[in-house]
Amino acid sequence: MADYDQELDASGLNCPLPILRAKKTLSGMESGKILHVIATDPGSVKDFEAFAKQTGNALMESKEQGGKFHFLIKKA
Amino acid sequence: MSAEKKLAIIATKGSLDWAYPPFILASTAAALGYETQIFFTFYGLQLLRKNLHLEVTPLGNPGMPMPMAMDKWFPVLLTALPGMQSMMTMMMKKKMKAKGVASIEELRSLCQEAEVKLIACQMTVDLFDLDTSEFIDGVEYGGAATFFEFAGETDICLYI
Repeated sequence: MADYDQELDASGLNCPLPILRAKKTLSGMESGKILHVIATDPGSVKDFEAFAKQTGNALMESKEQGGKFHFLIKKA
Repeated sequence: MSAEKKLAIIATKGSLDWAYPPFILASTAAALGYETQIFFTFYGLQLLRKNLHLEVTPLGNPGMPMPMAMDKWFPVLLTALPGMQSMMTMMMKKKMKAKGVASIEELRSLCQEAEVKLIACQMTVDLFDLDTSEFIDGVEYGGAATFFEFAGETDICLYI
């Protein structure tokens, strides 16, 4: 996993909480900074793709590791 | 980000299960950059109470999964027994918590934080003599024309 500036552990949370928490965290970050989100909700894989597409924040990485889903999102 | 989209939702139901769709969709839409309004009318007004007492009922709902596959063998009439509704509600809340599903209170405050506009139908408030001091702060009051003023400009408009 590449470098990131901030981390958000949304493990155990279900839709739509991982997205809402990520949005909130991103709001407090500067443009160009990278957020690492950890989630256990399998629906979050598609949801973060959709979130990135609609908000313009770039989804740089999305992968499953150790039973959890990891996302790197670059703030637009 | 694309030009701001708009979502309007009419929330008409006052049960625990049906409280979810309006708040989930509104909070998510707000996170995606939508300007969002929810218009609460009839039983949907229950979702605006400070102290929510929302319940689920298996009555008249053949699609509701029940513990121990009761929906398959338990006589429908017996689900009308006293205490069944509060028992089902308790079990549903427990399950939701175990699965990491947010509470309605949490989703509702996330909506408010994200500046989702909550509008209560004045006519139904009057009809049912509801005490608006029991509603959360930040609720606006209006009628059908108020709803259309925003709904007419939306990209998505849902009746729940």
